[in-house]
Amino acid sequence: MPMTITEKILAKSAGKKVAKPGENIWLNVDVLMTHDVCGPPTFQIWKKEFGENAKIWDKNKLVIFPDHYIFTADKHANRNVDILRQFADKYGVENYYDVGTERYKGVCHIALAEEGYNIPGTVLIGTDSHTCTSGAFGMFATGVGNTDAAFILGTGKIWEKVPESMKFTFDGNLPVYLTAKDLILYILGDITTDGATYRAMEFDGQAVYDLSMDERMTLTNMAIEGGGMNGIIKADAVTQAYLKERTNKKYEIFESDSDAKYHSSYHYNANKLEPVVAKPHSPDNRDLVRNVQGTKLTKCYIGSCTGGKLSDFINAAKILMGEKVKVPTFIVPASTTIARELETTNISGVPLKDIFTKAGCVIAQSSCAACLGGPADTVGRSVDYDVVISTTNRNFPGRMGSKKSEVYLASPFTVAASAVTGKITDPREYL
Amino acid sequence: MGKIIRGKAYVLGNNIDTDQIIPAEHLVYSLSDEEESKKYGHFALSGTPLAEAGLPGGGRPFITGDKYLSEYSIIIGGSNFGCGSSREHAPFALQKAGAKAIIAESYARIFYRNSVDGGFVLPMESETKLNDKIKTGDEVELNLTDYTLKRISDNQVFQLKHPGDVLPIIEAGGVFDYARKTGMIAG
Repeated sequence: MPMTITEKILAKSAGKKVAKPGENIWLNVDVLMTHDVCGPPTFQIWKKEFGENAKIWDKNKLVIFPDHYIFTADKHANRNVDILRQFADKYGVENYYDVGTERYKGVCHIALAEEGYNIPGTVLIGTDSHTCTSGAFGMFATGVGNTDAAFILGTGKIWEKVPESMKFTFDGNLPVYLTAKDLILYILGDITTDGATYRAMEFDGQAVYDLSMDERMTLTNMAIEGGGMNGIIKADAVTQAYLKERTNKKYEIFESDSDAKYHSSYHYNANKLEPVVAKPHSPDNRDLVRNVQGTKLTKCYIGSCTGGKLSDFINAAKILMGEKVKVPTFIVPASTTIARELETTNISGVPLKDIFTKAGCVIAQSSCAACLGGPADTVGRSVDYDVVISTTNRNFPGRMGSKKSEVYLASPFTVAASAVTGKITDPREYL
Repeated sequence: MGKIIRGKAYVLGNNIDTDQIIPAEHLVYSLSDEEESKKYGHFALSGTPLAEAGLPGGGRPFITGDKYLSEYSIIIGGSNFGCGSSREHAPFALQKAGAKAIIAESYARIFYRNSVDGGFVLPMESETKLNDKIKTGDEVELNLTDYTLKRISDNQVFQLKHPGDVLPIIEAGGVFDYARKTGMIAG
């Protein structure tokens, strides 16, 4: 029976020959990831359900990244990081990346990639909806809650309904003024925030395979914004080159059969697309940047698992080089590795960090920061009637802090161009 | 789980995301400490813009004053209820606030799983749109034998969908109890 890449990986994980959309199967999990917001309640449920002598099913498969509420004076938030630390210590969890040490990484989804946990053909489950990011590596990755994570922690297993797949093909070449962020916002505008509920979103086409791993992760990252169970891109030479530098684990590459069945297929000609935004208050509220051009802003934000990768900062720096920002602009590298790369990556001989500093941006420490609001002292958090343009993933009411604020989602090009003028600006004017 | 759940309805719109159910800044509290976890009840649905809180008309917060229990126990939503983040704190907060069931046209996957696997609130799907028929404050009765919702004032009955394959997990009270019942895990 012909299968999609998602069906093949799920079948393998369940020890079956075939996985059919709609059937419920038990998967064997290869990696379980958690963080400071959901780790503590996960451990608590695990202990309650499996008893004081509860055992982790496989310590080497558990990965813990504190990343959400890190640089805050909030005592409850800090208590959560303490709980992670004590847990890792008590149970000897080696894959723990503690705050305040050299090992601290920052945003979990990017850290998973950088530390070599994303392996094609495997199943990765995380206590975070953006766990789908890892699907950029030709693997099945999805988010769950604390109870499901606690179940995995004790058994290594999770039940899933095999999803139908939707296919999104971008033919042609991506114009220089577009990024993967524009592509995913196009899709979301077409399918809406529940258009892919309980489905796999498979990305394909020349313009997708031309993307770097950073950019591919932007596509799969926002699969959840369409309600998708997972986003996935077949591994290729670009994936293999990225992995070669980070892991020596062996892996199997899966791809969809040419006659595999899809719920639906969408085709885009990348050459013909224009820069887009998602207007307040939903990631599917798509419009062309030129239609909202001139909207006055109070804040610009470049960061998060979606828009805080090295490629995002290179793109922003291309526009901010030699310019001054007109409104407070926050640069939040997703990981500490990326933060270091801002110092070592140059454009015309100038390090990215210097480009941002000279432009008047605020460079913050690596964490999820204001992408999800966070405690009141979180850097870049929206306040009152802020109007923000951001490279992050969600603009639901209150997502970045204030319920009264308005958030536009856009590519790093569009956010950088808008920072220069203080108004929403089409990046083509600067490229 | 009882076969009849009766209570006052609280009506919301489409795409009620998890930040509206429990804003991210509150995710720092303990879910296991009995006293501290009441904060989740207190802040339940506090992220919903006031104009859309308690339809039709809005302006009716789910929780008033310094309470942690709501006067409403059955939430009526539209489509894509619980979209957004994976935070299990969302169905937990609704449970803490006294909600017993949600009736919506559709759910986001993770919220639905969390509600069922953790046994927090019962997520039922309606056959048709109900958030334009039921009003906040209506006394309603959920019948889990024939999967219907009845409005007490005029006895009008609305059909809900059968939960399908997850029914055994719902009946067990969550995924752990289900796994014990079926011998998947010891205990």
